[in-house]
Amino acid sequence: MSYSTQLMMVLPELVLSLGAILLMLVAAWGGQQATKLVSWAAIAVLIGAGIALAGPASAGGEAFGGLYRPDMFGAVAKAMIFFAAAVSILIAPRFFQTSSGDDLRPEYPVLILLSAAGMGMMVSAGDLMSLYVGLELQSLAAYVLASFMRRDTRSAEAGLKYFVLGSLASGILLYGISLVYGFSGTTLFAGIADAYAGERSMGLLFGLVFVFAGLAFKISAVPFHMWTPDVYEGAPTPVTAFFASAPKVAAVALATRVAIEAMGPAIADWRQIVIFAALASIIFGAVAAIGQTNIKRLLAYSSINNVGFALIGLAAGGEAGVSSVLYYMAIYVVMTLGSFLVVLQMRGADGQPIESIASLAGMSRTRPGLALALAIFMFSLAGIPPLLGFFAKLQVFVAAVDSGLFVFAAVGAAASAIGAYYYLKIVKTMYFDEPAPAFAGKTDPVEGVLLVLAAAVISPLGWPLLGYLEVFTASAAKALF
Amino acid sequence: MIGVTHYLVVSAILFTLGVLGIFMNRKNLIVILMAIELILLSVNLNLVAFSAALGDLVGQVFAMFVLTVAAGEAAIGLAILVIYFRGRGTISVDDVNRMKG
Repeated sequence: MSYSTQLMMVLPELVLSLGAILLMLVAAWGGQQATKLVSWAAIAVLIGAGIALAGPASAGGEAFGGLYRPDMFGAVAKAMIFFAAAVSILIAPRFFQTSSGDDLRPEYPVLILLSAAGMGMMVSAGDLMSLYVGLELQSLAAYVLASFMRRDTRSAEAGLKYFVLGSLASGILLYGISLVYGFSGTTLFAGIADAYAGERSMGLLFGLVFVFAGLAFKISAVPFHMWTPDVYEGAPTPVTAFFASAPKVAAVALATRVAIEAMGPAIADWRQIVIFAALASIIFGAVAAIGQTNIKRLLAYSSINNVGFALIGLAAGGEAGVSSVLYYMAIYVVMTLGSFLVVLQMRGADGQPIESIASLAGMSRTRPGLALALAIFMFSLAGIPPLLGFFAKLQVFVAAVDSGLFVFAAVGAAASAIGAYYYLKIVKTMYFDEPAPAFAGKTDPVEGVLLVLAAAVISPLGWPLLGYLEVFTASAAKALF
Repeated sequence: MIGVTHYLVVSAILFTLGVLGIFMNRKNLIVILMAIELILLSVNLNLVAFSAALGDLVGQVFAMFVLTVAAGEAAIGLAILVIYFRGRGTISVDDVNRMKG
């Protein structure tokens, strides 16, 4: 295969990294005034990378000796990632403008682009080496983003915690990778799968456990979730929205690819780990969220809870399981970005962001549209039909039942009822409590349009999209088998 | 004769020390950064030992990547530590508690 055809296969990542480098130069020369220009240019770069997905980047095959796999699975995950990254850039200016502290600087969109390039590399990795480098590129950019409001001590602390625990997670993952390499003799996923298909040594099993522990950290599954609430609370809200969407999809997709492509023959071994992590995440995420008073913290526990459901699809394994994971994540991304868009509208009279759940009281009377949107997202996250969140949950449970995991699916479904409690509590606060002071300020037009779109997609108006989603996720799952 | 097992044992000890260094240390955030480096170095030792034992160069290339990333990670970690210190005036682990719940 010629070098240029291989370059065409990595075109999305090329566009992103070259775009990031160029925009970094623009940011360096233009300084603070260039922020708006760089933001819009970064969105254009993300759209360009998204268009590049349609070419050889999703045609299958492999590039650079198997290091990179330009298949449909990666392309579908990347479409979600780029979309979430673009939204995170769009929602930033208003937040930084109104809240005191640091202004939005042109580095913000550049860091998001770099992170997106890393995530693209992660989900298309065909080798442990490209997996690691992609993961680190994503993480290093994310650490900086978490502490982006330099003068806010909470933001700096969030960055610090994210850095320490994220590095620990990378270290654990890397230790597992070194064991897998040593006992299988290769870092290529295909070769590793051969090693797991044969006689499994102790070293290979240890490697598997360490790799899954590291990945569980990155997707914030219980018992490796402890960083999530603090980081989500402390990071600036647009950054939190980014963390809850794009890197989550990337890490879940990466875990799926590693589990199926590299460790597929050892499914009996990793299934136990995944089942434990899934149930623990669903139950802990639901129970711990109940006492929360901060909406960002609550959404952090909600994301832990949701990752549990996605892991149910992974535990099911097989094509149906993999496609249900992507299906779940696609709907989850829209729901969670929508919820954070509502959180962004919560501002006091002085323009400062408010994060307490109590301030939502009586919002149905002061801001009926906003209350309706948040109610739609909350009902959907709770998995109540006819909203799309229900179909997402249905898909993973059907996959689990089809692969014979009846008890597991039943426990998961029962536990989702616990989760419904705190989602519905928010709806109750908004609709039936005595009004708190109304939120100040009008909704920014860009944010308003995004909010209406997200709410419309999640509502029954989004049903026609489900057919397309099913087709895409099914062909994505086929690429892994 | 020093075999690959000896290297694995040393690297496992280093890895454990690194993880303990992160969780048991209650004094200083700089120590946590050092513990992270220790973890990455234990992995490098593993990779290079395996690479030599297998007669396969991939492990050594991987170790180079890990070294490079470790440098970037240390730079970012220290940068975050500096802005944290500017805001709080302390780098004691016990004081990292603005958020709870």
